[in-house]
Amino acid sequence: MNGVTPALPRLGTPAPEFEAETTHGRLRLADFRGGWVILFSHPADFTPVCTTEFVELARVAPALRAEGVELLGLSIDSIHAHLAWLDAIEREFGQAIPFPVIADHDRRVAQAYGMIMPGDSGTETSRCVFFIDPGGIVRAMIYYPLTTGRNVEEIVRVVRALITTDRHQVATPANWRPGGDVILPTPRTAEDAAARGGGGTPFWYTVTPAPPDGPLDDLVEGPVDGPVVRPGDDREV
Amino acid sequence: MACINPDGTLTAIARAVLGHLAGATKGITPGDLAAGTGLPLYRARASLRELGAADLVAEHGGGWRLTGLGREALEIDLATPIVTSAQSRGTGQQGA
Repeated sequence: MNGVTPALPRLGTPAPEFEAETTHGRLRLADFRGGWVILFSHPADFTPVCTTEFVELARVAPALRAEGVELLGLSIDSIHAHLAWLDAIEREFGQAIPFPVIADHDRRVAQAYGMIMPGDSGTETSRCVFFIDPGGIVRAMIYYPLTTGRNVEEIVRVVRALITTDRHQVATPANWRPGGDVILPTPRTAEDAAARGGGGTPFWYTVTPAPPDGPLDDLVEGPVDGPVVRPGDDREV
Repeated sequence: MACINPDGTLTAIARAVLGHLAGATKGITPGDLAAGTGLPLYRARASLRELGAADLVAEHGGGWRLTGLGREALEIDLATPIVTSAQSRGTGQQGA
């Protein structure tokens, strides 16, 4: 035992702090404060699905960094295994891995973040993704099983949506993509509701275009055809 | 320690950080260091913390400066030729 009680972070709560050995030296979560962090775990080095994920994440890492988003990988492998694997990826796939990877040998970080799913594997970390905002708050989480490689475009889409939400105080609808319509928060007073009315849509459902505004826009397929669904739309069932 | 190699020499990152501080006329913040060296901000913070633990840099009033020990370490490091393991075994391709 490493003295860490297994736990699952909650959305909207501070991300568990840690200091860990990584491929970029000893890092603390606090070192990333002021920017977004995508903390993600993988089951094991030198495995094919994880390799495909690392290659794809490395491909989008420069654009993420330009938007103030850092990637931080993790598995329970040793630092030596990490270094050898990252070197092998660069040699075999021509893709350097520019982000740090935590060597969580004692599973201290994995347990603090609930990355080990006993029903999936009692030892390896599952494919977990934590979106941590500049203030250190967990804003979104995605969990995948060992057998399913992550959709990197979806990871970029989620962080882009979160940044858009923070930047413009809006919400994003189903299947939203950068540049697509966004949703204004519902009014909180009768006066605001009355002011919002008109245009054929109810006051509680106000959709408005959002301008594309960042390098991540280029990494996610453009907006879906036409506006998001609106009340009264004809829909095939 | 990530700022000092097992043989006692400075790592490339440590050399870059100390070199940047050596040329500064005032205390450097992690943000200044990141902007001046191209390091990610997280790496600038971690490097300053580690170099601080080794007494090679010190923080005063929010700015980081080189210590006397740090200046000495940098001078020694810059004066020491980097020898690869192949060269030390006499198998280098020098002059080829």
